[in-house]
Amino acid sequence: MPPLKELAKRPERLTSGHRLCAGCGAPIAIRLILAAADKPVVAANATGCLEVSTTIFPYTAWNIPWIHSAFENAAATITGVETMYRAKKKRGEIDEDIYFVAFGGDGGTYDIGLQSLSGAWERGHRFVYVCYNNEAYMNTGIQRSSATPLGAWTTTSPVGKVLPGKTQWRKNLTEIAVAHDIPYVAQSVPSNWRDLTLKAEKAFHTEGPAFLNVLASCNRGWRHLPADTLKVNQLAVDCCIWPLYEVENGEYRLTYKPREKKPVEEWLKVQGRFQHLFSPAYRYLIDEFQAYVDREWERLLEKCGETKK
Amino acid sequence: MSELKGWKELVPGGLIVEAGNAKEYKTGDWRTEKPELNPEKCIHCFFCWAYCPDNAVIVDAEAGKMLAFNYDYCKGCGICAAACPAKGAITMVPER
Amino acid sequence: MAKVVGFNGNAAVAYAMKQINPDVVAAYPITPQTDCVERFAEYVSEGLVDSEFITVESEHSAMSACIGAAAAGGRVMTATAANGLALMWEMLYIAASMRLPIVMMVTNRALSGNINIHCDHADTMGARDAGWIHLFSENAQEAYDNTIQAIKIAEDLGVRLPIMVTQDGFIISHAVERVEILEDEEVKNFIGAYKGRYPLLDLNNPVTYGPIDLFDYYFEHKRSQIEAIDNCLPVIERVGKEFGELSGRNYELLEGYRLEDAEYAVVALGSTCGTAREAIDSLREKGKKVGLLKMRCFRPFPRESVIEALSPLKGIAVLDRSVSFGGFGGPLFTEVRSALYDAPSRPSIINFFYGLGGRDIYPEDIEKALEKTEEVVKAGKIEQHIDYLGLRE
Ligand SMILES: Cc1ncc(C[n+]2csc(CCOP(=O)(O)OP(=O)(O)O)c2C)c(N)n1
Ligand code: SF4
Ligand code: SF4
Ligand code: SF4
Ligand SMILES: [Mg+2]
Repeated sequence: MPPLKELAKRPERLTSGHRLCAGCGAPIAIRLILAAADKPVVAANATGCLEVSTTIFPYTAWNIPWIHSAFENAAATITGVETMYRAKKKRGEIDEDIYFVAFGGDGGTYDIGLQSLSGAWERGHRFVYVCYNNEAYMNTGIQRSSATPLGAWTTTSPVGKVLPGKTQWRKNLTEIAVAHDIPYVAQSVPSNWRDLTLKAEKAFHTEGPAFLNVLASCNRGWRHLPADTLKVNQLAVDCCIWPLYEVENGEYRLTYKPREKKPVEEWLKVQGRFQHLFSPAYRYLIDEFQAYVDREWERLLEKCGETKK
Repeated sequence: MSELKGWKELVPGGLIVEAGNAKEYKTGDWRTEKPELNPEKCIHCFFCWAYCPDNAVIVDAEAGKMLAFNYDYCKGCGICAAACPAKGAITMVPER
Repeated sequence: MAKVVGFNGNAAVAYAMKQINPDVVAAYPITPQTDCVERFAEYVSEGLVDSEFITVESEHSAMSACIGAAAAGGRVMTATAANGLALMWEMLYIAASMRLPIVMMVTNRALSGNINIHCDHADTMGARDAGWIHLFSENAQEAYDNTIQAIKIAEDLGVRLPIMVTQDGFIISHAVERVEILEDEEVKNFIGAYKGRYPLLDLNNPVTYGPIDLFDYYFEHKRSQIEAIDNCLPVIERVGKEFGELSGRNYELLEGYRLEDAEYAVVALGSTCGTAREAIDSLREKGKKVGLLKMRCFRPFPRESVIEALSPLKGIAVLDRSVSFGGFGGPLFTEVRSALYDAPSRPSIINFFYGLGGRDIYPEDIEKALEKTEEVVKAGKIEQHIDYLGLRE
């Protein structure tokens, strides 16, 4: 992967003037991912914060061909575009090499768009699917998704007398992607530009479906200061809540191992959405949270061949 | 802000054909704080460029130099200041 | 000499698709359309077309992929029915508002529930406000002919809208009939080459498809869409004529049968028009002045042609094969009746529901409908605007 100064020479594919909130994690991820593309890119976008805030008519922040049609179908849409590209290439009507990418939030990916994404993976189109995962439906005002972690407050998992926020653990979509046996799957974060751009470059170079699941915090929904965006995302990595790893043709590889595995509390305490967990009534959930993360982390280490020898 | 167009003037299909024209929409007035650069401290690592959500860091990529902030778009989130490894290169100051 | 083959409606449309050889087809099987998709898959598998065929996992994805492919800048086709069309519902509106000339064959089938695989028009009637052009077919021949014309209509620069070509499920889709087919070259020349207007694959002119409109632009965008669909009637007429010159089979927005001196008429869609002709011939033999108005083009609604054809009559029986629950009459009835409000003279109009879920309709049913209409006119008063044919009490 070229150094930042080289990436900065690439065309500016998502411009300024978009209306995502100050400090939003999503545009950091998207800018870095697009900077990693060494060839032209055509994008599809699911409904959600990224889509809405970048294309408020008559303004578009996209300098690349871009299409949004609905919430649950970014994968199907991009496969239509990619298939037309192949049809035209076959007929000699186009000769450029183009990368195809679809962006979806966690709602558009883990939940309503999972069927269309699974179909696209199974069919084997060459495209990169990026889930910018802010762990809830933010565009509609912070409702829980299946990516929302245990115990998180959202407007549809409010904290009340009998319920402590979300009562389920999140779905492991990255492993669901791996189970599709697609050639490239990775988790990353915007707070580590090198990790993210390396993985994005690999994804673009993949001859088939590639999936990037990128945790990208929403300071409004997670309730943290905008300036803390990178810190909060990085803490998820250092607490092993969001491990950085990739699965290339079935081979697992841990791409970042925290020097010391921090307790999940450190991540929870910097976000307003988890504040209630620190009250005596709900503290037990932090232990459950930790136990879950430990178990998942051990499993992952094993898959990556990193278990203590 | 552009004049509102009548229906006959619109491109068919609801499309926007002027790529990247969001640049005409200035988000600088969202700021309550702004980053100030001390060029003497800057080590030109480009972290601020990489992590700015709004592309509001002006660099000379060829020369490898970080130059300034683009206050037309900078929303004052403070991410650049948090990411900057050179102490004192970026200071967040209240917007007046 | 034209070549004649034995095709059911599905085969006829699949064959038209083969001759059209679109860039991309994305489709999902559903009875009674399945046979069409299977046949097309065979053409792909045998290398008889060079279309890319996307075997999507649902109709929602079928239409989404069609939208992506059409926006990318090429020729796109699909096919569906009933619940499949319903699952596409959201995307139908979007395809039309993006002005993408997608051509879709629909085998009309009842919409659940209870689930029923047989013909009625609930599916496409449910989509009548989505912004698509709707062409109905009376038989396999028309399904074939309409499919070829649909490409040319949809892609006309003055139109650039999606089209559904419908045929009655099973009644047409599965009945083998005599179909005259064109030569491949004739089809190719007739439809011509297609060039997308704002293709996503044009890297030099990056376009944003599907931005968000706030209250400042949505209404204007819809107004321009209204204009687009209203303007396509002359194109449908022109293409119908050109097709006539090529094939000897002329097509108009609607088709009258023995209407010239008629006093009473039925208005119908699809295969029922064939049944209605028999009814009319038999009533004519009894000296009744009756006729048929077959609606080929339902969207856009050819209001003026309808007025011209129906205004001179005394009474009309409008046959609806779908219900608008809680509405005043079925979709065809409301349209026809509303069109005639401003007519120089207004016939009496009765609405007959029939054929839901594939219930057969016989010439005698239609004769009865016409007789009832005559009685009402003679009585000078409509006591019951809505009636049923072929229903047990
Ligand atoms: C079919 C459909 N259902 C619901 C919605 C409403 N909706 C729009 S965006 C959204 C949530 C988006 O969440 P996510 O995908 O996580 O993206 P985010 O806004 O968080 O970035 C919802 C529920 C919709 N547009 N379409
Ligand atoms: S609500 Fe959250 S995800 Fe949406 S733009 Fe704001 S910070 Fe970003
Ligand atoms: S992050 Fe700091 S040191 Fe690095 S380029 Fe920006 S201002 Fe200079
Ligand atoms: S304060 Fe935020 S928006 Fe402004 S330059 Fe720094 S990172 Fe960019
Ligand atoms: Mg989200």
